[in-house]
Order: sequence, then C-alpha cells, then structure tokens
Amino acid sequence: MAEHILLHHRDIPGLDQMDVYEKDGGWATYKRAVTEMTPQAVVDVVKAAGLRGRGGAGFPTGVKWGFLPKDVFPRYMVVNADESEPGTFKDREIMEGNPHLFLEGTAISTYAIQSNVAYIYIRGEYLSTARILQQAIDEAYAKGYLGKNLFGTQYSLDMYIHLGAGAYICGEETALLNSLEGLRGQPRLKPPFPAAVGLYSKPTIINNVETLANVRPIVERGAEWYKTLGTEKSPGVKIFCLSGNIKRPGNYELPLGTPIRYLIEELGGGTYDGTAVKAILPAGASAPMIPASAMDTRMDYEAMVTAGSTLGSASFIILGEHDSVPAAALKMVRFFKHESCGKCTPCREGTYWAQKVLERINDGTGVVPDVELVETIANQIAGKCFCPLGEFATSPMIYTIKHFRSEFEAQVQGSRPRRNWREAVPQRLEPTLAMREL
Amino acid sequence: MTTLTIDGQVFDVAPGTTVLEAALANRIDIPRLCYHPDLVPSGGCRLCLVEVEGRPNPQASCGLKCDEGLVVHTQSDRLTALRRDIIDLFVSDHPLRCAVCDKNGACDLQRYAYQYGISETAYDFELSRPLFQEDNPFFVRDHQYCILCNKCVRVCDEIVGANAIEVAGRGFTSHVATPFDGPMVDSACVFCGSCVQVCPTAALLPTSRLRKGREWELTRQRTICGYCGVGCGVEFATQGQQIIYAQGYRAAPVNGEFLCVKGRFGWDFAQHPDRLTQPLVRRDLLEPRPPTADGRPLATATTPTEETVTSDGQRSSVGGPPSAVRGRPSGPGVRRPSVVGRPSADFVPVSWEQALDIIATKLADTVKTHGSDAVAGLSSARCTNEENYLFQKLFRATIGTNNVDHCARLCHSSSVTGLGMAFGSGAMTNPIRDIRNADCILITGSNTAESHPVISYEVVRATKLGANLVIIDPRRVPLVDHATLFLQPKPGTDIYIFLAMAHVILREGWADTAFIAGRTEGFEAFEYSVREVTPQVAALMSGVPAELIEQAARMYALGQRADAPSADGRPQTADGSQTDNTDYALRNTQSIARGHSTILYAMGITQRSNGTELVLTLANLAMLSGQIGKPSTGVNPLRGQSNVQGACDMGALPNVLPGYQPVTDAAKRQAVAQAWDLADLPAQPGITVVEMMHAVLAGKVKAMYVMGENPMLSDPNLTHVEEALRALDFLVVQDIFMSETAQLAHVVLPAASYLEKDGTFTNTERRVQMVAPVLPAPGQSLPDWQIVGQVGEKLEAKLGHAAEKAAAWRYTSTTAIMDEIARVTPSYGGIHHHRLSGEGLTWPCPTDDHPGTPILHTAKFTRGLGKFHAVPVNLPAEQPDADFPLILTTGRILYHYHTGTMTRRSEGLNWRESRGYAEVHPYDAEQAGLRDGGPALVTSRRGQVRTQVRVTDRVPQGTIFLSFHWKEAPANVLTQDFKLDPLAKIPEYKVCAVRIESPKAAAQGKQAAGAVEA
Ligand SMILES: Cc1cc2nc3c(=O)[nH]c(=O)nc-3n(C[C@H](O)[C@H](O)[C@H](O)COP(=O)(O)O)c2cc1C
Ligand code: SF4
Repeated sequence: MAEHILLHHRDIPGLDQMDVYEKDGGWATYKRAVTEMTPQAVVDVVKAAGLRGRGGAGFPTGVKWGFLPKDVFPRYMVVNADESEPGTFKDREIMEGNPHLFLEGTAISTYAIQSNVAYIYIRGEYLSTARILQQAIDEAYAKGYLGKNLFGTQYSLDMYIHLGAGAYICGEETALLNSLEGLRGQPRLKPPFPAAVGLYSKPTIINNVETLANVRPIVERGAEWYKTLGTEKSPGVKIFCLSGNIKRPGNYELPLGTPIRYLIEELGGGTYDGTAVKAILPAGASAPMIPASAMDTRMDYEAMVTAGSTLGSASFIILGEHDSVPAAALKMVRFFKHESCGKCTPCREGTYWAQKVLERINDGTGVVPDVELVETIANQIAGKCFCPLGEFATSPMIYTIKHFRSEFEAQVQGSRPRRNWREAVPQRLEPTLAMREL
Repeated sequence: MTTLTIDGQVFDVAPGTTVLEAALANRIDIPRLCYHPDLVPSGGCRLCLVEVEGRPNPQASCGLKCDEGLVVHTQSDRLTALRRDIIDLFVSDHPLRCAVCDKNGACDLQRYAYQYGISETAYDFELSRPLFQEDNPFFVRDHQYCILCNKCVRVCDEIVGANAIEVAGRGFTSHVATPFDGPMVDSACVFCGSCVQVCPTAALLPTSRLRKGREWELTRQRTICGYCGVGCGVEFATQGQQIIYAQGYRAAPVNGEFLCVKGRFGWDFAQHPDRLTQPLVRRDLLEPRPPTADGRPLATATTPTEETVTSDGQRSSVGGPPSAVRGRPSGPGVRRPSVVGRPSADFVPVSWEQALDIIATKLADTVKTHGSDAVAGLSSARCTNEENYLFQKLFRATIGTNNVDHCARLCHSSSVTGLGMAFGSGAMTNPIRDIRNADCILITGSNTAESHPVISYEVVRATKLGANLVIIDPRRVPLVDHATLFLQPKPGTDIYIFLAMAHVILREGWADTAFIAGRTEGFEAFEYSVREVTPQVAALMSGVPAELIEQAARMYALGQRADAPSADGRPQTADGSQTDNTDYALRNTQSIARGHSTILYAMGITQRSNGTELVLTLANLAMLSGQIGKPSTGVNPLRGQSNVQGACDMGALPNVLPGYQPVTDAAKRQAVAQAWDLADLPAQPGITVVEMMHAVLAGKVKAMYVMGENPMLSDPNLTHVEEALRALDFLVVQDIFMSETAQLAHVVLPAASYLEKDGTFTNTERRVQMVAPVLPAPGQSLPDWQIVGQVGEKLEAKLGHAAEKAAAWRYTSTTAIMDEIARVTPSYGGIHHHRLSGEGLTWPCPTDDHPGTPILHTAKFTRGLGKFHAVPVNLPAEQPDADFPLILTTGRILYHYHTGTMTRRSEGLNWRESRGYAEVHPYDAEQAGLRDGGPALVTSRRGQVRTQVRVTDRVPQGTIFLSFHWKEAPANVLTQDFKLDPLAKIPEYKVCAVRIESPKAAAQGKQAAGAVEA
C-alpha cells in the first residue's frame, strides 16, 4: 500500500511531534470544523463515509452519534483505549506513533457530538503510552487546540486520561463507564444505552481509538474519498494485528475486504515454524476459531460472519500445523475465567469449571466424556450471560472442538500433547513492554 | 398502557414495567434470585430468563421492558433445561447442607433446587469462599452460602445509602467484602440489617437466630416498632417466650422490608434482667419515720426484713461503672445531679393492691388539701393512644386539672404551634412514602440518617432516582453525602437563609402567584418583611455563600430534579443556531410544570427559642412556591418518638383536649365533658413540662404522676429538674426500668413495654397502626392502660365520687378505649381497631367509612386560607462570650434512643456505642489541647459534664455536639431553660454557650484562679 492513513507515522518520521504533525496539515481539519462547520455537518460526513466502529462490534459510528437525545446536556465523549483483547495492539501503535491523529479525531468527534469534554480510558498496563499521550495533550493545550474559547469561538474542549486497573471487562463500554465513575467495573443493564444514559447518567458516546483516528481523514478528504476504500458495506481501512505462529507479526493497515491469505502469506510471511497454517483466530480470543480452509475469506464485517466467525477487533492469531488446539483452548478459557467479572452466574461459575476440565484434558488426566463436558459447559453458558464476555468465553470451547475434535479426543486417550501452545507462540502473543515498565 | 402476552394471557401494563414485574403482578411465577422489587434490576443471576417470540436468545425478564405486542413464554423445555443448568452452577459451590441450615424452609436457592429437582451438582463440588465472619453482635456472614446475587450490596447502596460493602475480587473468587476485608465496624456499616433481610440464602443471618429452630417452628407476630416516630412495621419471630429475630415485611405501609438497627436488633432490652417486675414503694412510705427538718421523709437505714430492691443496677449493670467513679467534675458554681449512679432510697416490693392504694390516697389527699392544680402529670410518647387518652382523662375528668403534658413539648411543640398558625394543623402534611417521588427535598435541622433512619432511606432512594437534595444544617450530617447542595450556616443563623430564599424566589419570579392569590392570606406583610434580606445579607450573617442560597431557592421553588434534561451544559459552539437555547423551557420558568419539592425538618428547627418563627418561615416558603397540598410536597416535621404524634392527638397537652380541641373552647369542652358523663371540665389551660418544674419549686405543684418519661435526663437544666422532683410531696413513676426519674419516686409501677401489649400508635405521618403483643409482660408488670384504669378507679373512690364513675374506669380492652376515643375526637371519629389491619388509617378520619387523609390541605387548608407570617429575625438566647466561647448543640446518635433506658440495655447497640462523646472540630480541639479519644470537660453556666472527645469536621469550627442519651454525661445538665419559645414553650436545646477543656487544664485553671484570689 502506498501510503498509510492511520499508521501514517510509518511514512513520516517524527509524526508524533507536534511540529511535524502540524506541517503535515495536522490539527487544521479540527480548526476548520470548529470555526466553519456545524456539529451536525461533521456528524453527516462521518455518517456518509459509513465508518464502522473498530472496537469490535462494527456499529456505524455516525448512526451511533445520532442516537444522542436532543437537548440533553452535558454530554460526554469517552474513548475506549482499554485494548485488552488478546493479540490486539493496534490502538497502542496509533497512540504511541501517531498520537495527534488520534487526538485530533477525538477532538473533532467531541465537537460533533456537542460535548466539551473527552475522557480517554486507557488500560493501566499502557502506562508509557499514556505518558506519550499526555504529552501530546499538553502540547495541544499549549498550542491552543484544547482549552477554553478555541480559535476565538465560544467552543471549549478538555481532555483527560484515565488509567484502568487491569480488567478486560472494562473494555466493555458500560463496565468502562462504571470504572470511570469510580465504581466496580461491571457491565450495566442495557437498555438504557450509554448514548441516552451514560457517564454520570448523561448522554455519552464511547468510541474506540482506531475509530476516532479515522475521523480526521474522513472530514479532511470527504466521505466519497473514504468510500473508495474497502467494501461497500465495510468502507475504509482497518489495522489488522497479526500474531501467533507467524513470521512477521505486527500491525498491517489494509482496506477492509482484503483476503486473509494476503495478510498471512504475503505480509506475514507464513508461519514462524514453516508449517502449514492450521487454524486462525480472527479476533483474539473472542471470536470463533476458523480452520485454514477459510483462508480466502475477505476481511470485512460481513464476509467474516459468513465464514462462521466475526471480524471483531481484527486481531489475527495464527496456529500452525504443530500447535495444540486443546492447549490454545485452555489458554483462552483461562483468560476468560480470569477476566470474568463475576456478576452473572453462568460466566462466573461456568468459566471456572470449563478451565478445570480443559486442564484435565491438557495434562493427560482427562477422560473421554470430558470433551463432551466442555461442550456441555459451553452450552450452559451460551445465550445466558449478562454481557458478551461470557459468550466470548464459549467460542474457544465450542469452535475449537467443532473444528478439531480429534485432537481433543487424542488427548484424552492418553496420547501426548503434540506441542504446547506457549512454546509455539513465544512471548509474542501479548505486548509486554508496558508491563515491564510498570 | 402497553399490551403484552405472557404465557398466552394478555395483559395491559403501565409503560416502563418490566416483563418480570408484569408477570409477578399477575401471579405468574418466574424464578429469580437477584431480583428485588425495591432495587434497580441487576440481571446477574440469569434465572429469570424467558423466551420472547422473534428473539433467538432467551432474555432476562427483570431488565426487559414490556414493549407493545411482546409475546413472552415463561415456561418451556428449553427454559427448564436452562434454569436447571444455572441452578446446577449455583450449587456447584454452594453446599446443600439444608438439614442443618438455619435458612431451611426460607431459602430461595433451596426452593428452586427443589422445584427443578437439583439434589447435587454435576460438577466436582468446590467451595469458592469458605470464610465465616462473626465480627459484630448483630449478624454473621457465612460466605460459603453466598450466591453473589449482590442484593446486600445494592440495598446498602440504593436504599440505605451507606455503601459499606461491595463485591471484591473477580470471577469465581468474587466475594462480598468490606473495605480491605476489615471488620464490619470499621466500614461505613450502620448495622440496619437490610442486607440480612434481602439475603436469599444463609449467607447473612441474624446472630440471635443461629441454631434457634427451623423457620416453620417459629411463631410470627407483626407489630409496630416502639422506637422513633416513623412507625415501621416489624415482624417478630418467636419461639416460646423468646424473640428469635425481627424483620421487616413488605406489606408494612411505611418501611416495607427495611428497618434501622434499633428496630431490627434493639429489642433485647425487653428481656433484660433490669426490667421492673413488681410495684415498688419507698420503704419510708410504709414505715413512716419522723420527718427531717426540711419536711422530707428520711431514708431508713434499718436492715430490710423483706427483699430489698435498690434502685440502681442491682442485678446487672449497664454502661459500665457509674460515672461518679469515673470522675466527678468540679468547678466553682458547678453542680451535677446526684442521682446518677448514686444508690438512692430503698424500695420495697409491694402488691398492686397496696401500691394503688397508696397512690390513690396520696393523690386524693393532695387534691383535697391543695386543690386539683397541685397535681401534675407527664404522659408518654412511648405509650399507646389508648394509654395517653386514659392518662389525660384521669387528669381532666377525675383529678380535675389540665396539668398534663409530655415530652412533645420538648421536641415539636413549636411545630404544633407554628404549623397550626400557618395551616391550621400541626403535623406532617404528606406521607413518608411520598418522599421517594419528590423532585427536590429540602432537609433542615434534621439528622435524618441517624434520628429517622428509615425516612432517610426514602431520601436516598429519591436521590438515586435523580432528585435534588438540599441540606441546610450547621452539622455535616451523614445525608450530606447524598446531597446536591449543602448549606452550613453558623448555628442559629439559618433564619437568614430561609428569609433570603424567599427573597430570591420573589425576586426571580419563581413564586406560585396563582396559589398565593387563591389559597393564602397575609402575603403583602410577608413580602415586605423579606425585601431587605438579600442573599448577600444572609451570606454575611450565616457564612453561606449567596450563590448557594440562590441555587437552593431555585431548586426548591421550581422542584427541579438533578437528572432533569437540561440545556444548561450545552456547549457554546461557533454555530449560531447551536448556541441559541433561549427557547429552551427552563429559561422561561412560567411555561414549565413545577416539580414537587418537600421540606423535612426536625428538632434543629423546633428546639429553639424562636422555634415557632422558624416553623412559620418554612411554611411561608412552601406556600410561596405552591409546594403544599400535592403529593411529594409539604412541610413535614419528623417526630421523635413512636407515639409522640398520638400522645398529642390524644390531648396529653395542657391546652387541648383530644383532637386538639382547645380547653378554652366552651362548646367543644362541654361536648367532651358530656361524653365523659361530666358537667364540665377545667377551662384553664394547664402548665407545661418545664413550667411544672418551676411550679414545684414555687410550691404550687405537690404531687406528680409520670408515665413512661424520664425528665431526669431529657429535660433542660437537669440540676433544676432534680431539685424540683426531690421537692415533691409525692411522685409516682410508671416505667419499664428503674429510670433516673424513677429513682426519685415514692412509688414505682412496673409497666409492660410495647412488645407486651396491644393498642395503637400514631406515627409521624398521622398513620394510626395496631400494636400487638409479641411477648408476655414480665413478672407482675401490666400494660399502662390497665394501670391507669385501676388508678382511676381507686382514685374516684377515694375522692368520694359516685360509684358509676369508678366503674367507668373498668375498661375491658384497648378496643373499647379506641371506640371511646372515636366518640370524643373528631379527627379519629372513624378509627376503630377492626379498621386498622393492613395499612392502618391516616387522620383526619372523621367517619366510619372515611378512607383517611394521607395528604393534608389539598383543596383547602385546615384553617381555610394558609396564612403567611412576617417573621422577625431572632437569634439564639444564649450567645458565646469570652467565658463560654463555643456553641453546644445536642441531638441523637443512630444507636441510641432518647435517654437510653432501652437501647443501653440492648447488647448489640451498647456494643456499637457504649459511651457518650463530644464532637469537636479539629481546630477547637487543638485550641483546647484535646486529643481524639481523650477526656474533656464541657461546662456551661448551669453545669458541667465529663465526656470523651471525638475530633471531627462534622461540626463546624466553634460548635460542639453532644448526644443526650448518657446518664454518665448528661448533656442536659448544660442546656438552658431560662428562655423558652414564647408560644410553644419549647426549650432551646440546640444552642447554648459552653466551654470545653481537658480535665488537666481545668484543674490548673482552678489553681491559678485560687492563687489570684489568695
Ligand atoms: C468484553 C468486552 C471487551 C471489550 N474490550 C474492548 C476494548 O478493549 N477496546 C475497545 O475499543 N472496545 C472493546 N469492546 C467493545 C466496546 O464495548 C464498544 O463496543 C466499543 O468501545 C465501541 O466503540 P466503536 O463503536 O468505536 O467500536 C469490548 C466489548 C466487550 C463485550
Ligand atoms: S458475562 Fe457476566 S460475569 Fe461474565 S463478564 Fe459479563 S457480566 Fe461479568
């Protein structure tokens, strides 16, 4: 691809610096929006561009903004920078490498929804990222992009960073709001949706970092231009996080609708150990695993559903021929068990039992009915949970077995596990830099 | 109305109803564990899932709103399987030890396990939380039984507002915890036990319940709590003659399931060994000795021949050693009551016959020698209506005097006077349940969370629903945590704030002109009187910023909600059309519907030397804003004792007959006289409590009959009270314990407590409710109505009245007394016991088919037009000066009630707070060299008490707070009785001048003073 849009810092060195960013036309779109456009005009452009949420659900952003009840103020903009999905590290690169693009997008969006304040809820492990971001915010204040009476208008805007405390569930928008309010990070009953009753019971828009990073290019170059990228229903570009058993892991910015094969083979260079791809997790731990046979699926919201999974946050984790699917299943279920907030019964109790059974299967002490037991537990959880996390937790139970039952059965019949998941994916699964700094 | 179909039946429900609510209302049972009708749905247990046609996944019915045309199925094979799965998951870490479980038979999980046939888990059972915590005397926490329904956490947050607990940890290891898993007592817990009430399993149990029988073996009796004036319904579970536990019940019209710590756990006083069980007479009355020089009988020193009962804590002691041992304060001119802790005269148990004989003889002699007005009586706000009625009848009809009063004088007489002048009726105008629907609540002079906890739950609920809460109080009372605005005036200056609020309301055009024109009079004079009192003036005098006063005025007058859709925060953008919000409704106050604002106040307003004026000021505010006569509005005095409203209604007041019929109104008086078979009744108003004490010392009152009151701790200037009581020729005290007052009596009569008798209480919202016996009365003690009846009977005979007169005192039941009350009391005309089951009745209820009147003054005021009063600014009578530089304010604390006779004999309550303390601002503490927890001497012109220091910023600088429950440190030794409210005769408990010092400094100070003199 010729030029990055979101990962533009890869094209222009030093783009994280204010002067470089400004020289690249930065912050000018925002100034133009505030001084020349009505908030509604901004909403209209974003709606016309067909931008869809990049946090996972893929909900059309402009439509979401339109849900705000008329005449109820104050309103809040909350940025979801909790990026906790295993294998997801796109928001981090944007915030670290191209912070001003993200901030400018956030500023334009906050203006568009007629709010005076944006809270950036960032996961606590991203401490160094938060520092970079804070510096960028400070610069924006110094330059007069943030603060009171901007550009001589009546409009004022403040931005605050809030660090999370290490819970995956706080990426779920209502749990995030609870956490931001200082409450226990547990999801709220919906409806009412945050757009109506959100932060401090006021109308609130929650958007993902990557979603907002798209806003400046859209407003700058127009909806028509944006729609030339991607597919009709999934326009635009998306950052794909590639990890697992792969030669060149990392972030790749591609138009939506690019085939998986292109990402894995052309860009990722195939598996790390040179074996054939066995299975793909298209959205971290949360979406159903798909077998290698689905390699030609196009990476957009619709095609991924047709292929039996979802695009989610587009974090592709690759398993090679020798990687153990039961081990991967255990690892993912362990993650969900650890992250279950405990509010609802099926997820709280079910993930615990599922982990125990998968542990048995993996360490060779399992028995044949255990495989079915995992499926039973998954069914006891599925469709009954309070929030999607519990549903997510069932994917690694159901679809791993669905596609690779024989591997599980081999495991319980006494055969040695072929290779441990952890060995196959050395430390590349989760970015650990920020962890070390903490 | 929304129409939906549940299990094939079509229902019309109000919009916003959830499917679960709709189903339950129509007797369709959906299993549920985390749902509670008073709590915001949590949706956590997932048991209430139902199938909705057109939706692939089952939906949690507790959070699902009824949409038009919804078709719901609550039963299906799929749902059964699904619910079985969930119950299985519950029991995978919940031991099914039902055979030995105290909750057996009342456990929700057990019920569903039974219904769905789950006898054991399909998993390898594993306990997630084996913790057992028994860190307080009220309840135990057994985490292995916890199913994490979160109801306890939510009730603590949403209803009680204490926020003492939260779920800690995540996932499988989640558990309900206090901060840092510390003991309950270190958390914000108020021990109301609401968590215990809502717990579906045995995870939270009252300590008193452990191993005391299975649910179906217990007997249940519903009655009304005998503590404060809220009038909560309580259900007692007993076995044999033992209370096992108490709980709230949903049908209770005031409190639903919720109670405070006193109501739920404070009942054990009833079986305390200190209870009086037989009539006692002072030994010297039985064996008269030559009187001493001062004419008083001498206490004998002879060895008792029969069993001798001394008066103070002979069988068990309460509250530690008597304070005389702890250190008697000293100082020039300082005296303290010597009764407290001092062994007084010996009492001898006698038969009822003998005791009544002595009383009748003595009272008859006094009447004959000194006249009827030489006898005075104190009735009781803790006795039933029937008892109060008989007591005042005894004085008026049999003795022939109006000298009867009770402690309402000391708490809300200024409400009765003030609201009487403004509206014509001196009681709460609106029901308690109304509060939760208010849009703005103004609380002033009330520490609601501690003195009326269950009313504070209503307030918390309202704020959670989005109401504004404005608190005006010199103390930072606990409810401030939930307030939108907190105005903290210097003590005594609140009058300026109220006047300035009226000023702002008038200035801004927020007054309800239609209401003023149509329903009130006296407006012009009032308007003129507040012209000068600008918020700036008020700010200067009270120390409260003018801006806050203006905001308070706006919220109150317009009844604004905190969560109201508001354009106030609309950002100013460059786009002209966006900034223009002048069309928004709130800008133009005339065009919007006014919300509902209510005023709650208590003794901080009334116990003042200008109490009546303050009450009038609040009434002015309500009429000015039209915030009265509608639901969730009004002026609401929160009354202190279980039946203080009833005692007033029954005419236990010197100036009115039952139903507030003035004794000076000949027609009304004669009507009552006729009903009592008399020609007339005394027409001269009697004397009030404080006046009685003065009259005794002036030699005008010779004998007193005190029923269930303890003026020796509750009245102002105790030293004076003691002198007076000691000067009496004859004092009868009828009580459940040997109170400080009883110790000075000649005859002490053992009475039954509220747990041991029947009758009615009238709560603060005028609701008359049935009291039913839970326990047998101990020993020979009798219900007060029986005692008064027998005294009446004997006295009539001794006074030589006709035999029918004596016979008329032979009441067979409280039901019969209530029927008589209905005959002589117009506002109780339709109130009879048989009508009171269920929700009770709210007076006025003039006829047998009248449904009661929950809201007063709806179409017109009781007096016709509401009357504005121009109120002058008066400041407290005693102002601080160089010698007494601080202001003392007194009140209650959560765990104790009144003079502590009951609460201090309750093990748990006494454990939680076993001694009194003075709240001192950090600055004042530092100035006086006092440390937190250290001793201090508080001195006023009238006396001195020694107490413990609690350094806190709950009180503003320059003010200290003492509660009056403690006989060892009786706050009322300090309070003044020289300046009473001129109309209501209420003493100023809330403000007097004191100094505080450490005992060491005081001793040094004395030495220094001595040196100067030398
Ligand atoms: C369990 C769970 C975890 C989530 N974690 C994240 C996250 O880490 N970051 C994120 O942006 N969205 C996350 N989401 C999605 C958000 O709830 C929400 O849909 C998103 O922030 C909306 O922003 P968008 O419309 O810009 O995508 C999560 C959702 C769930 C159910
Ligand atoms: S599914 Fe339930 S327990 Fe799990 S994270 Fe969501 S709300 Fe919490």
